[in-house]
Amino acid sequence: MSKISGAIHEIHHMDTLSSRDQWVNQIHPLVKFVLTLVYISAVVSFHKYDVAGVAGMAVYPAAVFILADLSFLDSLKRLRLVLPLVCFVGILNPFLDNNVILFQGIPVSAGILSMATLVMKGIFSVLASYLLIATTSVEKLCYAFCLLHIPRAAVTQFLLTYRYITVLLGEVDRITQAYMLRAPQQKGIHFKAWGSLAGLLLLRSMDRANEVYESMLLRGFQGDYQYMRERISFRFWDILYFVFWAAVFILFRLYPIVLLAGAVFQR
Amino acid sequence: MSHIHIDMEKVSFGYEKGNEILRQITFHASETDSVGLIGANGMGKSTFLKMLVGLNLNFTGSIRIEEIPVQAGTLAQIRSRIGYVFQDSDSQLFMNTAYEDVAFAPRNYGLPEEEVEKRVEKALRMTGIAHLKEKQIYKMSGGEKKLVSIATILSMTPDIILMDEPSIALDPRNRRNLIHILNSFDHLKIIASHDLDLILDTCERTVLMTNGKIIADGLTKDILTDKMLLEENGLELPFCMQYK
Repeated sequence: MSKISGAIHEIHHMDTLSSRDQWVNQIHPLVKFVLTLVYISAVVSFHKYDVAGVAGMAVYPAAVFILADLSFLDSLKRLRLVLPLVCFVGILNPFLDNNVILFQGIPVSAGILSMATLVMKGIFSVLASYLLIATTSVEKLCYAFCLLHIPRAAVTQFLLTYRYITVLLGEVDRITQAYMLRAPQQKGIHFKAWGSLAGLLLLRSMDRANEVYESMLLRGFQGDYQYMRERISFRFWDILYFVFWAAVFILFRLYPIVLLAGAVFQR
Repeated sequence: MSHIHIDMEKVSFGYEKGNEILRQITFHASETDSVGLIGANGMGKSTFLKMLVGLNLNFTGSIRIEEIPVQAGTLAQIRSRIGYVFQDSDSQLFMNTAYEDVAFAPRNYGLPEEEVEKRVEKALRMTGIAHLKEKQIYKMSGGEKKLVSIATILSMTPDIILMDEPSIALDPRNRRNLIHILNSFDHLKIIASHDLDLILDTCERTVLMTNGKIIADGLTKDILTDKMLLEENGLELPFCMQYK
């Protein structure tokens, strides 16, 4: 499978994951969206040396991975491009921050601590976003955006952009396949062909976008679309899920739960 | 039964000046006509169909659908009554599942969700793909996509159907099912196709186009049996007649 086919497959796989009949997938999309925002805000608000505090926040992704029956390893594979970047952000901290501070009575380089905190904050935020899109279809997300009164034009634009990514990638895939089949000796596309292929891709994608838009117009599209089959009402479980996790986030943010738990086990 | 009809008077169209794709087309069709549009590649069949739904507006002459002129201000009204199946299903389908795509038009026309559901299920049943209701479009074969494309227009309950190469990618059984669907649709339909056997089975009238002009317009049984006329215009007799 080519890299582009792989990318298309990944996008479709996320659609498949989000359309599964898991309990977490059935939670109201607004609840999951707001919880994700609250979670990320809570995670990034920890002090730069509070490793234990940030580590405690792993409870949310860990629980959702289990509840949604998602593979953690698969998610790491899918996030392989993003995670190194996240890790790279804090790589200079050990060199820039030479202070030594006491962590549980042990002297530790402050730079190492802040790097660890930063990396964990990044990983948890990325994982929370991944869990949101792996358990919520893009239509449901758009529905949640509408409930938040985000302008419908912007929401429709978001939905169509998402749908168009695969159309564009499909065109790239077809062009590169056609090229490679007639240039079997080459490892990639020769730089002399880059210009004409890029031009061709632009023209083809514009044509395809135009055809898709024409198809929408012919079926009554006038800039607005109802994203869901029916209004999704809040159920008791949605409220409970939100209250439970909001309480957990507040608890972990205000109290050093991990350290307290460690102290209990030490006794 | 609707009383919809199509009137095209001296319609010419081209993307560039001096390079016309349609030339002085005059065409009339009434409410129950079933018209096959045939012609060799690049003779203007798809452009002809696109003109009727206002996808190309800078034409000369006049096009009227039930006395409503095809122009910028009337497109929504005209399009709500016409179902158009594209040649390439990938251009027609853009939602995630078959249900979502077939429901797209009824929802846009503001129908209540119960009615949308009824229409979607009926359209999927008619095309024989009720079992594909929740299947993702990207997982479908070319033939399945074509059937979903046809279902997307049936859910609109159109007064006119326009189809551009509807039998492409269909296996023999689904092609036969398509013929059955087309024959059970008792409103005006125009089918552009190279599948002359399909035209023979579904259309009473045939229009032959060459170089953007209508060369012949008459009964299908007369035009599709005229070997000389077909060969002069880059076509051949339908397969079912070639070995008689």
